Amino acid sequence: MLHDKDRIFTNIYGIHDLSLKGAQSRGDWDKTKDIIAKGRDWIVDEVKASGLRGRGGAGFGTGMKWSFMPKEDKRPSYLVINADEGEPGTCKDREILRSEPHKLVEGALLASVGIGAHVCYVYVRGEFYREAQALQRAIDEAYEAGFIGKDACKSGYAFDMYVHLGAGAYICGEESALIESLEGKKGQPRLKPPFPANCGLYGCPTTVNNVESIAVVPEILRRGGAWFAGLGREKNTGVKLFCISGHVEHPCTVEEEMGIPMKDLLEKHCGGVRGGWNNLKAVIPGGSSVPMMTKAQCDVALMDYDGLREHGSGLGTAAVIVMDKSTDLVRAITRLSAFYKHESCGQCTPCREGTGWMWRIMERINAGEAHVSEIDMLENVSRRIEGHTICALGDAAAWPIQGLIRHFRDEMEAKILAKAGTHADAAE
Amino acid sequence: MSADTQDTFAFSAENLQQAKAILAKYPSDRAASATMPLLTLAQRQNDNWLPRAAMDVVAEMVGLPPMRVYEVATFYTMYNLKPVGKNFVQVCTNISCLIKGSDDVFKVCKKKLGIGSGETTLDGKFTLLEVECLGACVNAPMIQVNDDFYEDLSAETTEKVLDALARGETPQPGSQAGKRVGCQPAGGLTTLMGGK
Repeated sequence: MLHDKDRIFTNIYGIHDLSLKGAQSRGDWDKTKDIIAKGRDWIVDEVKASGLRGRGGAGFGTGMKWSFMPKEDKRPSYLVINADEGEPGTCKDREILRSEPHKLVEGALLASVGIGAHVCYVYVRGEFYREAQALQRAIDEAYEAGFIGKDACKSGYAFDMYVHLGAGAYICGEESALIESLEGKKGQPRLKPPFPANCGLYGCPTTVNNVESIAVVPEILRRGGAWFAGLGREKNTGVKLFCISGHVEHPCTVEEEMGIPMKDLLEKHCGGVRGGWNNLKAVIPGGSSVPMMTKAQCDVALMDYDGLREHGSGLGTAAVIVMDKSTDLVRAITRLSAFYKHESCGQCTPCREGTGWMWRIMERINAGEAHVSEIDMLENVSRRIEGHTICALGDAAAWPIQGLIRHFRDEMEAKILAKAGTHADAAE
Repeated sequence: MSADTQDTFAFSAENLQQAKAILAKYPSDRAASATMPLLTLAQRQNDNWLPRAAMDVVAEMVGLPPMRVYEVATFYTMYNLKPVGKNFVQVCTNISCLIKGSDDVFKVCKKKLGIGSGETTLDGKFTLLEVECLGACVNAPMIQVNDDFYEDLSAETTEKVLDALARGETPQPGSQAGKRVGCQPAGGLTTLMGGK
């Protein structure tokens, strides 16, 4: 098990002093000026060496993403931090915002040096009003202490950081929709290319990173990329916040080493599955957009990008949704279908119409009113959405349903047959 | 917008200052970026709902045609386009809450308040709304009332929270189960036990 000395978020439960002074006593803002002095290339190289991959779901190399930012460009560059946390099951960024905001502010400064940005916007989902206040307090403290502003940490580097509140649209977690929203428009994803590094906010070079990706940067730079790379597995390095919800004895958010066996994660930190490991039915290991896994897969799965991909699922946001044998999986996935239908931005026809189709078929199956053949139709519809839209919301809507059909088709059929049986009885 | 009964809107002096500070966050030729924060500011001043008159004021401030601002106001779910109750109760029923008993929580809300999702009590004290994931999943099931989250709910504690709100009190936000404050394991810490 990971030792506390290798944990980055030492106040993730918000138990200790939240002020700048408290944050400094835990090591934040230590020698930040020296790190800035090492320069842009050193910062990017060190983050590359750490193997850090984006913590928002896609898992793209953070250092690599930063290296795409142009070095000589007349336009200003921007860092945009994605705090539009809304993936069902996911609640880790909230804890950083309210309990470890200084890690985010310091990380934003260092990342901005790494990409040549002097302005950072943090896009916080509107419902996180209290969390946005906590972050704003930390930003104000950092300004007051001279850690950010015209001469950040007396390094000569100018850096401004602003909080921008969203207003309730899951799609704004998609980076180009987030940029659109930040520009004051409806949050509808843009076609790529051009990618934000070439043409992002206001048509300028922009890097969009998840809250957790940015908040771990100061510790990586202080301890060295090699330290981070030494944790976890190859290509799946470092530590990670896992948020485990659902049918465990003690749902919680906890920082662990990448690649920890799922069973260990649930048993060491969450008191195990309610009713014991054998009472486990299925797990959605990375937020609602990744396919669910069966108990047999959970027995052996390792919690990282490749470990979960081996089982046809993904790490996503590392939001582990645990479902025991009492769970009505068909209803649970029907609820997710309603979610994706609600959150489709309406731009692409396959998603706008298809999420509604899938939801209605799922409702019919859940109510037992569908024909068994509609399961195949549903699968077919999902394939016509997947991969045919501008952004990944269409895929995200399709995958939970495909996972359900793949692993628990019998439960879907059982609902239909049970209802059909009642009809038959009534007819007699 | 048939329920829009308010013909005029003006920011208060204090909020005008606030609006200036918001506009200053963005490049001067990018005032459109202030649209959403200004709509939010207007809504917060206006008893948590947004009349068209307020959208028009915001459009003027950011230099956009009003239609562009209406587009934004109708796209995002947090803008309330008709009056809402003093306590805006949002019940998460998405997957993590669903499997931890949000049915019970939602049922208590409907029964206690005597209204369904999207409705407001006759006395104007409560509006109830079923919503998507609010991002407190390890503390499921949960509701949001105005700015605050009430977490780790049961039917009983939901009732207690609603009772307190009805009395005009603001119950202590966070976990209502009495076993933890935040997102740590309720059975006791498994990490970070050294303290600092």
